[in-house]
Amino acid sequence: MAEARQVTATQDRRFQTYQLDEAYDEMFAPDGRPRPQYLTLFNRLLELSPSELEARQQSADLSFLHQGVTFTVYSDARGTERIFPYDLLPRIIAAAEWETIERGLIQRITALNLFLHDIYHQGQILADKVVPREMVYSSKHYRREMRGLDVPHGVYVAITGTDLIRLTDGRFAVLEDNLRVPSGASYMLANRQVMKRIFPGLFSQYGVRPLEFYGQALQNTLAALSPVSSEETTIVLLSPGVYNSAYFEHTFLARQMGIPLVEGRDLAVHDNIVYMRTTAGLRRVNVIYRRIDDDFTDPLVFRRDSMLGVAGLFNAYRSGNITLANAIGTGVADDKAIYAYVPAIIRYYLGEDAILPNIETYQCGEPNERRYVLDNLASLVVKAVGESGGYGMLVGPHSTAEERATFRTLIEANPRNYIAQPTIHLSRAPCFLEGQVEARHVDLRPYILYGKRVTILPGGLTRVALRRGSLVVNSSQGGGSKDTWVLTR
Amino acid sequence: MNAMLSRVADSLYWMSRYLERADHIARQFDVHMTIVTEQAVDAARRRRRRLLTTLVGEEEYAEAENSDYHLSVLLTFDENNPNSIVNCIAAARENARQVREQINSQMWEQINQMYLAVRNQRMDELWSGQLHSFYHTINQEVYRFQGITDARITRDQGWHFVQIGRYLERASETADALNVDFRELYSNALEQDAVDQQTYLDWVGLLRGFAAYEAYSKVYTANVQPRHIVDFLLLNPYFPYSVHFGINRIQSSLQFIGEETETPKSARVYRLGGRLRAMLDYAQVDEIMDSGLGSYLLNIQNQCTQIHQLVYETYIAYSIEDKLKSMQ
Repeated sequence: MAEARQVTATQDRRFQTYQLDEAYDEMFAPDGRPRPQYLTLFNRLLELSPSELEARQQSADLSFLHQGVTFTVYSDARGTERIFPYDLLPRIIAAAEWETIERGLIQRITALNLFLHDIYHQGQILADKVVPREMVYSSKHYRREMRGLDVPHGVYVAITGTDLIRLTDGRFAVLEDNLRVPSGASYMLANRQVMKRIFPGLFSQYGVRPLEFYGQALQNTLAALSPVSSEETTIVLLSPGVYNSAYFEHTFLARQMGIPLVEGRDLAVHDNIVYMRTTAGLRRVNVIYRRIDDDFTDPLVFRRDSMLGVAGLFNAYRSGNITLANAIGTGVADDKAIYAYVPAIIRYYLGEDAILPNIETYQCGEPNERRYVLDNLASLVVKAVGESGGYGMLVGPHSTAEERATFRTLIEANPRNYIAQPTIHLSRAPCFLEGQVEARHVDLRPYILYGKRVTILPGGLTRVALRRGSLVVNSSQGGGSKDTWVLTR
Repeated sequence: MNAMLSRVADSLYWMSRYLERADHIARQFDVHMTIVTEQAVDAARRRRRRLLTTLVGEEEYAEAENSDYHLSVLLTFDENNPNSIVNCIAAARENARQVREQINSQMWEQINQMYLAVRNQRMDELWSGQLHSFYHTINQEVYRFQGITDARITRDQGWHFVQIGRYLERASETADALNVDFRELYSNALEQDAVDQQTYLDWVGLLRGFAAYEAYSKVYTANVQPRHIVDFLLLNPYFPYSVHFGINRIQSSLQFIGEETETPKSARVYRLGGRLRAMLDYAQVDEIMDSGLGSYLLNIQNQCTQIHQLVYETYIAYSIEDKLKSMQ
């Protein structure tokens, strides 16, 4: 059996170290043969010599360096900019698979927007006890300042980047909803630009759905949420500035949309009207695509030490003179504890079952689920709901008996504060690494725009854990990205 | 009313200025190396001293004054010298980075590649036969950047702020070099306008430092005379490195920006430019030389500084409270 799972389609030495096991492989079916959508790429890989592939990789890297498609490494004293590692081989998604993802994402974002509107108004879903009231009110990202405030068209989350993973059975599932300030769209677009240059033939052979319209779609989305008519609306992108690690993305998107990139110091609020400082004097602003967190938007209302925001912005927002995208307070809906309730939220508002499943999540607050978690600590991942970035976490399979005992005590003392999930296998996709084609874990972040209607970019950012065996796709920890192709048929 | 962010105008202006400065330093040093090799030790040291005065400052730089190697390190790579080429290009790039969404991607890539190339250059390699090609390449690359800018950028306010940055820098560099060279070389001449073989090299160096020797010869033939040099580098309205040419360009850009923004104070800015322009339009070289070149050049530099300040007060660093008052 084990032998049958090897890549038998070729004796090619490039695939010698390609790892196939219980994780879903994007390129090869369990019998070791390429999946239909990967066949053309597979054959092309057999034709190209490793040195040709190497040359293309270098040409791609150089192109990123020259374009300055970089992120800033804070820990480095020289403030060095690094290129975001880029893998040469595209990740390919069949048309039918994408169709499911698309429907699932539309359903999910529609429900989450209704949920946000509800909890900042009547709170019907809380009264009906579908989501526990205290889960919402105790969330770090709940903003009571938003209560009773109406946002244009009820759209709280105009821009979403949802993290999907593929389960061992091939289904896509939601790992995380990023409803605050999702990033990465510029890398998706830059990857595509480079890919078209590096593999022009392959690209046109395949029939790949285009992404170019993202700038226009984003601009239209923001304009649709403006308090004034779209002809006279002034939209700006608010960036923390050149030292922010995502600054490249901010400039890239501003240019794609043809809107000014502003910093807090370029804006001023007077009589609840927001102005920007221009060579021709002060000019009124109607929509702000803000790339700073809630906490930093207005020092008068949120963090007082914020130098990035604009004093008086929130009052201008309350008076309806300015639209912020995303709205303030959306983070409550991508809270780890709320995540488990999203299928119930979808059912509550839309009367449908979730098309994209969640990762199974056990609420330690529920006695039955808690019992299961405590009995299976060695195989589960336990997370504290209030924490992020890997803190307050127990990874069962890698834990010691002592650590498990500590968590048992913690969970029993404060069960509501903990959730648990099974250890998940991210799917793997082929990557070109040091002359070999190797399998690496990937996820997928599609981008969803919600203005007058919902628009979903066909594709998204595929992040790759470039280190062998690693499940971490973050760029700060050896992660990279690759172009994602959604096929037209 | 057409508007651009004040901060963007600020960055475009400095991006352009710093790049012009890097170009200037590279050309000055490149020309210096072709001349200094033929000069006596004393004349060579004085020449280095003059370069240091215009390009770095009045302080003592003993090592650089005595050796071209140290001079090139100081002018090119020294991170403690705010006006080293590497710092100028880094500052230009930093400003370009602040307005990446405003300039086109080719401009950004060009400036970014220049930065990477200069930063990765090694000093020992430079002095093993690549000296001229290194500095020459910087000039070529700056021209290429300006070429991309001129070929592709919309002639809106942004372009005019780029022009003002470039020509204010150029005008003050030219005025500065004329001032320093004449102070030393001209007063030392026994008989006015007589050029001996020693100083001949320095006079030619002054022209070539502004890529002006060939253009000068077309007007005055190869007859190199201090008075003609002043006439050419200061008053010629058609030569792109002359002060007069630069002021003309500044004046028309100020006018464009004034009309475009309709800011009440705009008139004050371009009147200031107009006054300087008129001064140069009607100037006579003999009168200038008789009444003192030094004070004339100082006056020009002061007026350039005033223009810079007024541009900032009017378009970039104005007080928001005042603007709000005037809007009511």
